[in-house]
Amino acid sequence: MSKYLLNKFLYTVDRDPELVERYRNDPAGTVTWWEAEVANQLLNCAVPERSTWQSFTDAERKALREHDHVALFELGAHPFLTLTLFIAMFERDHGPLEYQKAYGRALQTHSLPYPDIAT
Amino acid sequence: MATVAAVIASTHHPFYYRASTATGADRPPFADEWVAKITAFRETLTKARPDILVMVGSDHFHQLWLDNMPQFLVGKAPYFDANWYNEEREFGLPRMRLAGDEQLAAHILRNGLDAGFDLAFSNELRIDHSITCPIITLRPDADLPIVPIYTNIFAPPLPRPGRFVELGRTIRQLVESWPIDKRVAIIGTGHLSLELGGPRQFGAHGPDPEFDRKAVDWIASGDIDGCLSEVTLDSLHLPGNATHGFMDFMLMMGVAGAGAKADHVDSLDLFHTMEAYFTWYPNGAPS
Repeated sequence: MSKYLLNKFLYTVDRDPELVERYRNDPAGTVTWWEAEVANQLLNCAVPERSTWQSFTDAERKALREHDHVALFELGAHPFLTLTLFIAMFERDHGPLEYQKAYGRALQTHSLPYPDIAT
Repeated sequence: MATVAAVIASTHHPFYYRASTATGADRPPFADEWVAKITAFRETLTKARPDILVMVGSDHFHQLWLDNMPQFLVGKAPYFDANWYNEEREFGLPRMRLAGDEQLAAHILRNGLDAGFDLAFSNELRIDHSITCPIITLRPDADLPIVPIYTNIFAPPLPRPGRFVELGRTIRQLVESWPIDKRVAIIGTGHLSLELGGPRQFGAHGPDPEFDRKAVDWIASGDIDGCLSEVTLDSLHLPGNATHGFMDFMLMMGVAGAGAKADHVDSLDLFHTMEAYFTWYPNGAPS
């Protein structure tokens, strides 16, 4: 698993308003572009510097492409990152707290211990 | 020598700003009670007449990230810009700028290192809601210089609870050993039981009211040993997957000292999490 990369995707998208909209409207295209262009980019470098080894597993890529927050939780993505980004993308389509509560209900099949979020 | 004018521990609910400023149909039914409690809490700091605020909080993957994650970090800069795009987006928090106190930050760094804490530092730290929420609630004019101290309660592996208590004790000693005649308030924010991004999130109450009741008792009575006997990194998953933020309350218990009873204790049972507010006056309550 590449939990760090999953989190890096959520983190970089969440902090960029244009990427939030792009991921909402074209999740598969955004994940493909991001993995090719951003996954190995070292953050906060003025001149692009890159790693050489990072990629998603098939399950991670699928979960991100399908906006599947339950699968991301099971894969050990940091739940704060997933929640805050998904609220940004989908709360607007619902009434007050409706999306957040539905998000929790979709995870009701999970009990402690939750998947390990250590990277 | 500096004086610790007040020690203050609080939750940092990011919805307070929006709830307290909302009007008409947008104002939630609990807003007035919440504002009344915050107003009384704010007075406990005002009465202490602080010159400087040392502020303990936890970054929420804003400036600190998994490519280079510190456990404890001191902000040493003349100014700190505050709040982030995604906090504006989600909580309606305003952009802010706070002055820093570089002299006290340098003292904490030098002597904190010598006391056995490998403190990271930042000369350009943009702070987030764990530190700006207590500014909004306790010092809304934002007129005092701050020294921000960030803790990692978010990205495993985390320091153990006892380490947070020890850091709190050390911060108190460091402030009291600062050879400048200033009144310093030490303010820290954490969580009681809390779930984020999991099945127990956004309930009618915090996910574990029994933990919350015990936690408030531990903090209010300064029962550090009782708290440490029950709280471990593993046990903190039980009351909610984000409850490791409680370790910042434990840090503040270390600042206040073992057996130190809080002079002001209040709480508010809100949806999602319980709010809790504590103030100690180590040198006696101000008149």
